[in-house]
Amino acid sequence: MKVRVIVMPKAAVLDPQGNAVRDAMRHLGMPEVRSVRIGKYMEIDVDGQNGDLEARLRGLCRDLLSNPVIEDYELQRSSASAKATARHREISKEK
Amino acid sequence: MIITLSSAPPRVRSTMMKFAVIQFPGSNCDQDCVAGINDLDGLRAEYVWHKATSLDDFDAIVLPGGFAYGDYLRCGAIARFSPIMRAVVSDARAGKLVLGTCNGFQVLCEAGLLPGALVRNRSLRFVCDMVTTRVEVDDSPFTHGFPKGTLLHMPVAHGEGCFFADTETLRDLNAYRQVILRYADSLGRIVPEANPNGSIENIAGICNRERNVFGLMPHPDRASDARLGSLDGARIFRSMMQTVSASRATTSSDRVKQVA
Repeated sequence: MKVRVIVMPKAAVLDPQGNAVRDAMRHLGMPEVRSVRIGKYMEIDVDGQNGDLEARLRGLCRDLLSNPVIEDYELQRSSASAKATARHREISKEK
Repeated sequence: MIITLSSAPPRVRSTMMKFAVIQFPGSNCDQDCVAGINDLDGLRAEYVWHKATSLDDFDAIVLPGGFAYGDYLRCGAIARFSPIMRAVVSDARAGKLVLGTCNGFQVLCEAGLLPGALVRNRSLRFVCDMVTTRVEVDDSPFTHGFPKGTLLHMPVAHGEGCFFADTETLRDLNAYRQVILRYADSLGRIVPEANPNGSIENIAGICNRERNVFGLMPHPDRASDARLGSLDGARIFRSMMQTVSASRATTSSDRVKQVA
């Protein structure tokens, strides 16, 4: 199973990096940019996909991959394999 | 530093207090801590590798500065799962003194022994400078006998030292007098210009509610030798020593009472 974890700073936490990028974007001709928040994106490949795997992954998202004091996380099951299956079906239909 | 270490006079074990200085892979102020502590009479510091599992032999624990595990993911995020941290947490809960400087402070926050978190400096720059901090609490085990308002000069060197706590946590920190040090100017005023990293309310160091765990971004270890420009850091180590000594005296007098 492939999962994606997105970790973002909480709204109350100052994100100076995001602000610097926002200012650069405005400076480069996009005054419409209201805000930029910078987080982390992780791709994780795990053996298997059943049982308590997702619950254990969530546990680690909370304890290791993010710090709940300053960050929120989102765990997504990768849809890459689902997409590949769908594409394969379309090709089969065309034939 | 090495000369000081090797020429340290032999001391009697029974009266000697032992401080553990934890070495994580990536710690780089461990030698500064050991040297600073060993310079004080009656104190001896020993290195403890992060894979050790007991700290029973020690009177106090120091988590030094550096970049434990390369600061990967977040500062202190991986270090807090090192085997030694179980002993640090259980000894801290039992009341042993724990001091975390710089990266050690970050590890203590990640481990949940101290509230809040340390995030990227507001300036986005690594700050390496001498700072002035004001003592806000004069009765903590770490600032024992420092009058409130005492100014301590110590160096800082960090990229992620901006202390953050949510509104509720911040209110508790103030209500329970857990803010031990704030960045101040040379006159002791808590002003934004004196804040090197954007920390909320100029917070430089905090303790837990039980007051036996203290984390600070400045380096007492690098302010423990007159040749380095300040001896103020040594006062923190000395205060810890006095606290341990006082608690030993209490324990032994309790024993005498029990025997009597």
